[in-house]
Amino acid sequence: MVCEMETDQTEEMDIEVLSSMWPEDVGTQADNQFNVEKPAGDSDTLKEVDIAEKRTMADLKRLPELMNTTDQGTSQLTNLVKQWEYMQDHAVKLLREELKILTKQREEAEAKELKIIEEHNFESQEPENVPVLDDTSHLFRRFKHKKRDALIGSKRVEIDEEFDTVAYWKQKALSLEKMLEASTERERRLIEKLNESLKTMESHSAPVEELTQNLKRAEGFLHFILQNAPIVMGHQDKDLRYLFIYNKFPTLREQDILGKTDVEIFHGGGVKESEDFKREVLEKGKASKREITFETDLFGSKTFLIYVEPVYNKAREKIGINYMGMEVTDQVRKREKMAKLREDNAVRKAMESELTKTIHITEETMRAKQMLATMSHEIRSPLSGVVGMAEILSTTKLDKEQRQLLTVMMSSGDLVLQLINDILDLSKVESGVMRLEATKFRPREVVKHVLQTAAASLKKDLTLEGNITDEVPIEVVGDVLRIRQILTNLISNAIKFTHEGKVGIKLKVISEPSFASGMELNADAEEQNGLTETETSVWIRCDVYDTGIGIPEKALPCLFKKYMQASADHARKYGGTGLGLAICKQLVELMGGQLTVTSQVNAGSTFTFILPYKVAKSDDHSDDQDFSDMVDHHQPEPDDTTEGYFQFKPLLGSIYSNGGPIIGNNNFLPHKVMLTSPLKLINGFVAEPSNNTGQSETTQVENNGYMDETCSGPCLSKETESCSSSQASSGGGTLEMESELTVSSCREEETTETLKQPKILLVEDNKINIMVAKSMMKQLGYTFDIANNGVEAINAIKDSSYDLVLMDVCMPVLDGLKATRLIRSYEESGNWDAAIEAGVDIKILENEQACVHSTNRLPIIAMTANTLAESSEECYANGMDSFISKPVTLQKLKECLRQYLH
Amino acid sequence: MNTVVAKLQRQFQDYLVSLYQQGFLDNQFTELRKLQDEGTPDFVAEVVSLFFDDCSKLINSMSRSLERPENVDFKQVDSGVHQLKGSSSSVGARRVKNVCISFKECCDVQNREGCLRCLQQVDYEYKMLKTKLQDLFNLEKQIVQAGGAIPQVNIN
Repeated sequence: MVCEMETDQTEEMDIEVLSSMWPEDVGTQADNQFNVEKPAGDSDTLKEVDIAEKRTMADLKRLPELMNTTDQGTSQLTNLVKQWEYMQDHAVKLLREELKILTKQREEAEAKELKIIEEHNFESQEPENVPVLDDTSHLFRRFKHKKRDALIGSKRVEIDEEFDTVAYWKQKALSLEKMLEASTERERRLIEKLNESLKTMESHSAPVEELTQNLKRAEGFLHFILQNAPIVMGHQDKDLRYLFIYNKFPTLREQDILGKTDVEIFHGGGVKESEDFKREVLEKGKASKREITFETDLFGSKTFLIYVEPVYNKAREKIGINYMGMEVTDQVRKREKMAKLREDNAVRKAMESELTKTIHITEETMRAKQMLATMSHEIRSPLSGVVGMAEILSTTKLDKEQRQLLTVMMSSGDLVLQLINDILDLSKVESGVMRLEATKFRPREVVKHVLQTAAASLKKDLTLEGNITDEVPIEVVGDVLRIRQILTNLISNAIKFTHEGKVGIKLKVISEPSFASGMELNADAEEQNGLTETETSVWIRCDVYDTGIGIPEKALPCLFKKYMQASADHARKYGGTGLGLAICKQLVELMGGQLTVTSQVNAGSTFTFILPYKVAKSDDHSDDQDFSDMVDHHQPEPDDTTEGYFQFKPLLGSIYSNGGPIIGNNNFLPHKVMLTSPLKLINGFVAEPSNNTGQSETTQVENNGYMDETCSGPCLSKETESCSSSQASSGGGTLEMESELTVSSCREEETTETLKQPKILLVEDNKINIMVAKSMMKQLGYTFDIANNGVEAINAIKDSSYDLVLMDVCMPVLDGLKATRLIRSYEESGNWDAAIEAGVDIKILENEQACVHSTNRLPIIAMTANTLAESSEECYANGMDSFISKPVTLQKLKECLRQYLH
Repeated sequence: MNTVVAKLQRQFQDYLVSLYQQGFLDNQFTELRKLQDEGTPDFVAEVVSLFFDDCSKLINSMSRSLERPENVDFKQVDSGVHQLKGSSSSVGARRVKNVCISFKECCDVQNREGCLRCLQQVDYEYKMLKTKLQDLFNLEKQIVQAGGAIPQVNIN
């Protein structure tokens, strides 16, 4: 058993170096008594047991007391007593058995003797032997009885003599005497033995000594087990004062511990907890375990597994607790480490999965983005090409039918373009690509501009109005582009379905709506909008109302669904993609707001969206300031920032605006507007499609028929009526188209002018140069004659009149410089003598000599490679007017020709 | 179909740019390309082939002139070089033109050896350019056949 334990221990030591519970460097020699001794090795364990025997428990005085008073103590003592008693019983039993045997033997002997005597009596009734003396006979009998004992195991007395002779009797008496002696001797020995046995019994039977020895052995075993165990044990009384402690902390002396409570001994974390725990156990009367981490000055941070059991006295009253603590700091640390590792692992795994998810989402988003970009590019650009071309086509001469077809084509194109834009917007929002931007903007300005743009393309007798209450901040922060988009969409929608009356926007501040409070979406949206909780945000309600055809109640639910319109009839009649409202709703919700609608058939509809905005901090403008300014008319100029009311009322049949459909802001800037007396603004309403504006008078006259038709038949224009942005773009297209037109007409003029073509002579020997020059001239719309050298040039000039000569400098036969000199000399003298002198073969016809051009100086332009031999100075010196450096480019040629031909 | 065209167009652009970058061509070639329009769809090719014919003729005549060491007609050579220089300048054959400049210098100092060297170089350069441009025109042709348009190439 001991050996086993030892090996167990060493095994454990191999597994982990089990350090002493207490630090090694604490403790004094004096206190060494209870110090934990390091195991001195396996071989010494037995010795240690011996040593351990000599040790004493702490507080020996108290221990017996404890033994006497506590249950456990009593039971232990009882056990020992019982054991002793049992042993004594056993001894007694053995003795008794022996006694029993002896008695039996005696009885047998007596019986034998009796038999012998009877036999004897029967054989001889001798007179002398019949004593008279009763006493003697009695004695004799007694003696006989006694003698029987001695007969045990003895042979029958053999008598050789003849019966009833003297000799016989003598012999018999002698042998009986011997037997008696032997019997007496046996008796004496037995008595001796008995005495001896009694003596040894006395010496063996001392219970205290045996008990003490047992106790010593138990104690030794306990010491052997416990001295190296990382265990502290103790007993504490009802007040949790230590009465006994084993394996206490080395630096503490017994007097430091005994009679004191934990709290009095230790300070720091865990002490109170352990004390409470002990008290709890004491109160509940139930043994239990708990792990407590101590953080004391004495031994630092250590975790103990504590076992506490209540102790009862014989009367079943609690008198204290037994306490056992085992240090498990390392184990706890390991456990915690493991737990932490496991936790980290789990966290990492979660993060990984999150990451892969994110990566997946990112990839998806990227793909969506890619697709959107591709779509926008692949579809939009060719389509705008189609629409643009159609617009340009509409400026050309077309007959009535063609023009009608073209108008339909353009409006369809616009519609498709708008549809694609809408789809892109929608898919942007849905794929999460749509990023909201937080920018500072002025709501009043936005409302005004939206109305202005709508009014600019208005083709109905409608009044557009905007009404913004005073408490709406001057500047707020939000995604102005998207808000504008929503407003524009709603307004154009309202205009589309309203034939008379008015369409308007109303803005007012409201308290935070119920749907927003506590909604996470809202928080997200606020974040996206750049709003944080610390900054003041404001909820603005925006109503877009009209007096239009209204929406039947049953159509309301699907109103915001994609590609849905109130009815198929409406779709046919009013066109549109059916995406506008869906986009508006998505955008509003993306910004953390809500879009709702109320409507009454034939009375009008009101679309309401509520959005949160951050209030921009504008240092120079405060609401009050602006408001007072506004009221007091202190500001000399109308200010967009403070106006609360706008109205745009179209005048049908007004003069054509010369600037196209886009009208400068200044035309629309309302003067100081009071809420009480709004000033009506008049916009230059464009009655006819913008395509016709800006065209020349003649075109208008030509196309009058068409124009009248478009005016009288508004059903056609209805389809082109769409949101203002597309109108604006088509307006832009018109302007471009105009300029195109003027350019082309300019060209026509040029070509008509060139009917009287200038005559140009190119003097050049290089075929390639000629070819290039020819191509350039053709591009510029000129033709020319060619001379391959100076001589040819002179002959050509002599024969016909030229407006310009382009002369190569370096040529065979006669170079450009010489030729020019000769030409100049002809111009001065009026004859070609110099040329003839120079050996130029000139066929002179006398009558042609007096040519009228002789007085005019012919522009001669050198074409020079700009080398040393062909320097510009030389060119000028030889009478040339200018020079073009080679290689000749179209630009150079063009400039040169422009300079000398006009 | 479109991708084929796009690929060819990309190839064409890259090739043309490389010709500029390697100094075979200069801006005058761009000028030439500008002159080509619907009316004269093969203008550049025509001019260039004329130029190459010219080159071959001139080089032949010049090499004949430079044939005999003791009796070189430098005037004739000079005239040829001048022609060649003008032509190459006109079509934007930059390398040919550059060789012509040094050729002309050699000619001016009547350096027959130099002239022969330059002649060789010119011969090499124009043939080189000829192959390159033929490739380019082939690419153009392929693009047109595939139904694409010759892309505008901005060299700068």
